[in-house]
Order: sequence, then structure tokens, then C-alpha cells
Amino acid sequence: MAIMSLGKALNAGLRQAMERDPKVVLMGEDIGKLGGVFRVTEGLQRDFGDRRVIDTPLAESGVVGTAVGLAMRGYRPVCEIQFDGFVYPAFDQIVSQVAKLRHRNEGRVAMPVTIRVPYGGGIGAVEHHSESPEAYFAHTAGLRVVTPSSAGDGHRMIQQAIASDDPVIFFEPKRRYWERDEVDDASPLSGMPLHQARVIVEGIDATIAAYGPMVATALDAARIGNEEGTSIEVIDLRSLSPIDFDTIEASVRKTGRLVVAHEASVFCGLGAEIAARVSERCFYHLESPVRRVGGFATPYPPSRLERHYLPDADRILHEVDRCLQA
Amino acid sequence: MAIAQARVPEARFAEWMGFDGLVQLISVDGQRTVGCPYWELVADLGAEQLRDLYTDMAVVRRIDAEAMALQRQGELGLWAPLLGQEAAQVGSARALQPDDFVFPSYREHGVAYCRGVDPVAMLRLWRGTALSGWEPADFGIATPAIIVGSQALHATGYALGITLDGARSAAVAYFGDGASSEGDVAEAFGFAASYMVPVVFVCQNNQWAISEPVRLQSHASIAERGQGYGIPGIQVDGNDVLAVLAATRLALARAYAGQGPTLIEAVTYRMGPHTTSDDPTRYRSHHEEEAWRVKDPLARLRALLRAEGLADDRFEDAATASAEDAAARLRRGCLALPDPPLDALFEHVYAGAHPLLEEEREAYVAYLATLES
Repeated sequence: MAIMSLGKALNAGLRQAMERDPKVVLMGEDIGKLGGVFRVTEGLQRDFGDRRVIDTPLAESGVVGTAVGLAMRGYRPVCEIQFDGFVYPAFDQIVSQVAKLRHRNEGRVAMPVTIRVPYGGGIGAVEHHSESPEAYFAHTAGLRVVTPSSAGDGHRMIQQAIASDDPVIFFEPKRRYWERDEVDDASPLSGMPLHQARVIVEGIDATIAAYGPMVATALDAARIGNEEGTSIEVIDLRSLSPIDFDTIEASVRKTGRLVVAHEASVFCGLGAEIAARVSERCFYHLESPVRRVGGFATPYPPSRLERHYLPDADRILHEVDRCLQA
Repeated sequence: MAIAQARVPEARFAEWMGFDGLVQLISVDGQRTVGCPYWELVADLGAEQLRDLYTDMAVVRRIDAEAMALQRQGELGLWAPLLGQEAAQVGSARALQPDDFVFPSYREHGVAYCRGVDPVAMLRLWRGTALSGWEPADFGIATPAIIVGSQALHATGYALGITLDGARSAAVAYFGDGASSEGDVAEAFGFAASYMVPVVFVCQNNQWAISEPVRLQSHASIAERGQGYGIPGIQVDGNDVLAVLAATRLALARAYAGQGPTLIEAVTYRMGPHTTSDDPTRYRSHHEEEAWRVKDPLARLRALLRAEGLADDRFEDAATASAEDAAARLRRGCLALPDPPLDALFEHVYAGAHPLLEEEREAYVAYLATLES
């Protein structure tokens, strides 16, 4: 058991995955000597060489498209997309190739590609550096989409993602890179399954479902709520495709109220899918409509406005209150 | 029949690559051209191999015609004919070795045939019974890419894997003049040149990307378009099977020797429509088609074989019989292709378990059961 930041935990997880399987290769922009703009691959090229930690030309479709060819050759590529807003040039290769090749080939071609994407806002960045594009990928059959919220999960989940024979879009909450947590590296592959949601805090009055960067915010909300006399349960979804609806349903059956929080725009966001499923699965256990809190139907704002765009604990609690008043 | 890779001495690469102009070994009227150094690259081919190349092209043309007919009769949803491009496909594919790996587009039926793929398997895609036809690893050829140009990157990545493996083989990307405008092709050029990987880019410039003429795609010749990336190009008469074979052998030899990517532009012509849904009379002239008809790749090799006493009526009859036999087998096989079971809809989307998919499958099966009762 060690205490480390999410960024360091991901680095350690990548290192272990590379030690475990010689077919694991990392590729991306500035991931070599620089160690990536967030230093997540720091020291890996030094230790594994430039044939396994490969700096690529600045072309995201090229990064993912060549990863497809490497996968067909028997490799297990891990691509780094430098920032959320830079993933779109690779969208075609991800959606039309990575996601579909196994099915297209009736299982005869494997596509064990992991695509790491630092995402989300809250770091005062310039445009295209704070986006939350996870719904595009969760909507695409053939992909798995996951996002850790803590160092412990980051360390475990990156190794599980790389070991998966399916393509995994691995969203890293960049504003949490520096947050420290316990990391248990004893048996990363046999721990909690990659697609299981986790109840982090138990409660009885309402449930907050969150993922990635919003989990810490949801925990703040639960703490404040508790101080004010509301017992709030917090679920870290961890996986956005598939979604562990069983865990959500069990919680809602207990609390009767659900608020889904994410940074991405509410419209057609993950919260919409969760609200629909919950209404199908446990409608008569709901004491109030499912509420969603997230980004507005606007482009991501300049950083001096982002505190308005990003849900904070108060905005989440405001929605909890609306559920309680319903 | 597979043709072994010729000995292509590395010391001569520069000389061959430096050849200026269109590589042509058989003139339009079926004469051996004089003075082209690429002749040396096919000097080992004997009479039998030349005749086999002709038979390959005859069979491939006949298969293509049969598939067109099957589409017109409603047995295929769509077909992308290769008529006119037989030499570009057979010539390049016959240069390949078993360990090489092809990333084709959707028109490369001739390449797939040369790799040993059963033509009936090719039809699964076009008949709508599957999204693919064969086991890529068994034949060294991937499922055709329908997203134009996407496969150039796959070939480049596969070639990077060859380099990492320290193996001696090449990846080959086939694409057309239209694809040369795609970003993925440009990115593939950049990656391939940067990493110096063993990839051969075979661009069949068939002059038309559906209705758009090649001059809309590129102001320079396609063979020249690699130069800015440091990728040397060879412009070859794509209707001359020997010239294409020679150029591909050279490109493969460079790849095997660690000299990186080569871009081959095979100048040819799509004699038919883009697909069975297309109508070329709306955008190109009969006159233009006739001007290309006289450059026919089969007629050209036939004239050479006849002039050199390597073929007679009996040989041609045998080639025709092989082609007819292949067409008949294709038709029988097509009509016998079974519709896929419902399970195929849900299978192989993921390697591992996926609860949503299972839930949807079960719900749909249950729904179907309600219709039966």
C-alpha cells in the first residue's frame, strides 16, 4: 500500500502493464522524453526504450490508425491523446475502425487498444483543453469507456483496460491528477472489476451518481448534506460503457432519489441515459424525478467563467434539495 | 500461382528509383518496350508465369463481370467493379510474398483473388450476409476498408509492428486517386516516412473518384505526392501487368531492405461505374472511355504472348474455360450463401461480457417469441 497522486498511479500502472506484457506499446505526442504534458508517461521511454514508448507525429488520426495496424500485428497499443479537445481528428478511426473491427471480422480480429484521454475542466486552461466528450464514445457500440476518480482506481483500472481484449477509451480527470490516495498494487487485475460501480459513501435520503472529476465534488456535497441533516449516498460509476445499472438501481431502491452529476453538457449526456434506465427499472421506488446537474448547452467557457459551468457541491445539493422537496 | 520474389540487388535501387517517367514494359500494341531498366526486375519470369498472369487477369475479369450480373439480378446489394484495373491488381498482388500483409479498399477483388481468397467469400459483404468475408490472417489480406483512405494508416501501423518484430516482410496499402486527398493517407505518409517502416502504398489512379476527375484531387501526379514526405514514387502504366509487377517487386525489396516506404502510382482506368449504383454517362464522355479501351490490360498481354509464340488458341480457350468455371462457381456459391442467424447481430461486438448487449439480445428474442405465439 502506497500513497501517491493519480498521475503517478497511472504512471505506475502503465509501467506494470509494460512489465507484464512485452506486446504493450505506448504511443502519443510528447510521451517520450517529456513524459507527456501531464508527465503520466514520465521515465517510461528511458526504461523501456523508444520502441515501446513511441513519440508520434502530431496527427491524432494517425496515432489511432497506426495503433489499429499494430493491434492487427499482435500488439497491445496504448495511445495517449494529449487533451480531450484533440480527440476529434481521431474520431473516425475510433468509431469506424477501433470500435467495429472485431464485429466486422466476426471475432477474427482483436482490437485490444487503450486510448487515454485527459479530460474535463477546472484547471484554468485555454479553449479545447477542458472538454468532456465521453458521451460520444459511450454511444458507440464496440467501445468500453471508463474513468477513474482516484489514484487507487487509476492504478488498477489502467492495467485492467490494457489487459482487456476490447478497446477501452480511458478518460483521465485531469484536474485530479495531483490528488493523492492509497494505491494497492498487490493484485491490480483481480481487484474490483473494470465495469463495476462503487458505492463510496452510504446514505438513505438521496443518491448522487458521479464519475471522474465530479466524484470528489459529489463527496463534498454529501459531507455538507450530512452536516445539514441529509443522508446522501454517493456512487462512483467508474464505467460509462457498460454502466453498472444494478448498483445504481439498488441504491435508488433504498434512497428513492437520484441526482446524476457530470461536467459534460446535460443534454444527451450520460445523465440522460441513467435517468431513462432508472425510470424503467425502478420507477415505483422513486420519490421524485431523477435530476441531472452538469454543463450548460454552451461550448466550454473561458476559464474565468468555468466555475459557473462546472457543477460544484452547492449546485449538486440544490438538485438534491429539489428531489427532497418534490 | 505465387511468384517468388526476384533477387533485387540493393546496389541498384537508386538507379531504378531514379528512372524518370512512366514505367512501361509492354507497349499498348503488345510490344516489349526498349530501354526501360525495370525489365531486369521481371527477367526471371518464364513463359508459364507470363501465361499464368494472363489467366489470372482473365479469371478476375470474369468474376467481376459475374458479380456485376448478380447485382443486376438482385442477388447482391452492391458491387464495385474492377474492370480495366486487372493488371494493376494482379501485377502488384503477384509480386507479394506470403508473409506480406495487404490492406485493401473495396475494389481490390483481384488482389484478394491472388491472395487465395475464395471469390464466394468476397460476396458475403456485397450480398449483405456479413460485414467481412474471410480470415485476414489466413490470407494476409484484411477485410476491405470502406472508409476511404483509413487503411493506409492500418498498413503503416502493421508495418511498424513488422519493424518492432524485426521481421522481413511488408505491409501493402491499396487505395485510389480519390483517397490520395484523405487526411489519413497524408498522415500515413508522414508516419511511414518518419519511422521508415516497410510499407508499400499502391495507388490505383483510375482517373475517377465516382464523378470527380483526378485533376480535382491533385495538381501534381500522385507519384510525386510522397516526395514532400521523403517517400519516393514510381509512376507505372497500370494497364501493363509486367510493369506493375516490376515496380511492386522493387518497392517490396526496398521495404525488406529497411529502406522504408514507396509510393506506386499505377495509372489505369475504371472502365465501369464506381459501383452498380453509379452512372458514369452523367460525368464522362464515351470518347474518353474508348480512348482507354484500346489500352486494355488483357489485350496487351495477349498480344505479347501471341507475338512471342507463348500463347495459342488452345491456351486462350483454356484461360477462358478457367474463367467460365470460376464464374459458374461464384454464381452457385453466391446463391447458396446462407442468411446470417440472428445471433450474428449481437456476437463479437465485444470480446468480454457486456450486460447491456445481453439484456437487449434477451429482450429481443423474447419479443420475437411473442410474435410466434
